[in-house]
Amino acid sequence: MRTYIAKRLLLIVPTLFGAAALVFLIMRVIPGDVALLIFGGDAGGHIDPKQLAAMRERLGLDQPLWVQFGTWLWGVLRFDFGTSLWTGRPVVEELLIRLPLSLELALLATTVSVIIAIPLGMLAAIRQDTWVDYGVRVVSIGGLAIPGFWVGILCILFLVIFFGWGPPLEFTPPWVDPWANLQMMVWPIVTVGYRQAAVTTRMTRSTLLEVLREDYIRTAWAKGLRERAVVIRHALKNSMLPVITLNGVGRFLIDAVAHRDYPVVQALIFLTAFSFVVVNLLVDLTYAWFDPRIRYR
Amino acid sequence: MATNFTLTHATASAELSPRLTVAEEVAKFIRTKPIGAAGAVIILGMLGLAAFAELLAPYDPYHGDYGQQFARPSAEHWFGTDEFGRDVMSRIMYGARIALFVGFTASFSGCTIGALLGVTSAYWGGRVDLLLERLMDILLAFPQLILALAIASILGPAVQNVVIAIAIPVIPRVARVVRSAALSVKENVYVEAVQALGASRRRVILQHIIPNVMAPYIIMVTAQLGAAILAEAALSYLGLGAAEPTPSWGLMLSGSAPSYAEKAPWIALFPGIAISLGVFGFNLFGDSLRDALDPKLRGR
Repeated sequence: MRTYIAKRLLLIVPTLFGAAALVFLIMRVIPGDVALLIFGGDAGGHIDPKQLAAMRERLGLDQPLWVQFGTWLWGVLRFDFGTSLWTGRPVVEELLIRLPLSLELALLATTVSVIIAIPLGMLAAIRQDTWVDYGVRVVSIGGLAIPGFWVGILCILFLVIFFGWGPPLEFTPPWVDPWANLQMMVWPIVTVGYRQAAVTTRMTRSTLLEVLREDYIRTAWAKGLRERAVVIRHALKNSMLPVITLNGVGRFLIDAVAHRDYPVVQALIFLTAFSFVVVNLLVDLTYAWFDPRIRYR
Repeated sequence: MATNFTLTHATASAELSPRLTVAEEVAKFIRTKPIGAAGAVIILGMLGLAAFAELLAPYDPYHGDYGQQFARPSAEHWFGTDEFGRDVMSRIMYGARIALFVGFTASFSGCTIGALLGVTSAYWGGRVDLLLERLMDILLAFPQLILALAIASILGPAVQNVVIAIAIPVIPRVARVVRSAALSVKENVYVEAVQALGASRRRVILQHIIPNVMAPYIIMVTAQLGAAILAEAALSYLGLGAAEPTPSWGLMLSGSAPSYAEKAPWIALFPGIAISLGVFGFNLFGDSLRDALDPKLRGR
């Protein structure tokens, strides 16, 4: 087990370095000049080239690319993601404002989805190729087919048109007013939770089907252990998805790309990749803990 | 003697599994996988709409009629009209073309490149494998849609760029699956045997490894088809896909559609149904195909 952990930890380093380099390069390849954008873009008429050069120098964009990359990477190692090119505030601070919303949604949606998905998936597997199975699969495949952004439009549409009620727009933390918080969060939770439940149901079903095919003694032994491991694996992995798909951080990312706010975009994408890699590692370690066959490979 | 033995063996296995004709295979699929058959019907319907859009669409999808802005769904305009007075139903029919084009090309190219890399990685092993695997790890560190979004914003909004943006994140996912399938095929005794008989690398890969990883490949292609159509809609919705006035389903939902939602909800309603139904059809079909092809999931 110890060698396995060490091996996995070592493998993370090149992956994260590659991810950091990729994020950095992607942002610099996108056409568009942030200094120009700050002065009002192409529509702003004549811009003094001296002012433009001064701005580039102030933002550190006049340095060679590899120097910029080195500076950024050194900052990342110390958990300093620089300051936003637009607001001038530290990126970490900007992120922390939006984090509670994302985390709350991830947590609640995952809980809801696991409670629904595991019994449904097991039911479908035990009754494979019956109408119960078909029903569960149609509902879960439906959850994967409906675009999230469209459901968002629809929810607001129905609530406003038919009930004349719009969800509150201002984020209220649950510790300030739990009821107001729930009013705002219920639709995102339903939307994200349904989608996640769909993924988890399908995983539970196919995993259980595989287990059911194994020799029965091994099944009896494996059912308790392997299934739990797999469920943990997928519930955990999927819990990362809503963090990025929802408006809290998602909208922030799209705006930052549009404004060419390099530090913000780099921090957001890199942190997403980082949490993805770390969650996957933790999940694989749990998995190895449950299933000795992986540990000794 | 040896020839005799082979012959008996061949007849025995021939009797065990009588070859089904295509019609019989289809009938069996419909009987045992009704959900998959339903998915196939939706896919065929979508293909039909895309192929015969000129004949089926009641109006020109590009032609605006300013006397007919925001017309409610009626006998003349079944799905109503949008803010330029264009017929929503005709636009959805033409939109099926873009959805299918992007879906098929992105999923086929992504899966094929991924499968080739997976086979290469598994067969060569050693340093090639290590390098390719690390590269795939890096790509896998990004969520699928985020990577597609980043690539699409570098390449700029155009349909062919959307195909590339959707195909690239598919590559590492398929490469993983195909690599592990190819690894287990490679361990088989018969591969060792043909290698001992002096078969070339090319022959081993083409004749023995590739046919045996076709099942996971096909499963991945069908699974990614639905996902690709959904991703196309999402990218167009964010303004990174086809540009106005192209009738793309995601584009029809973006921009003005939500702001007119109260006045003309049909503008946002029907394209969304089209996306969901199309993706639903592909996923239903893919799911059943997986059940049928994957020996671990095959019904008892």
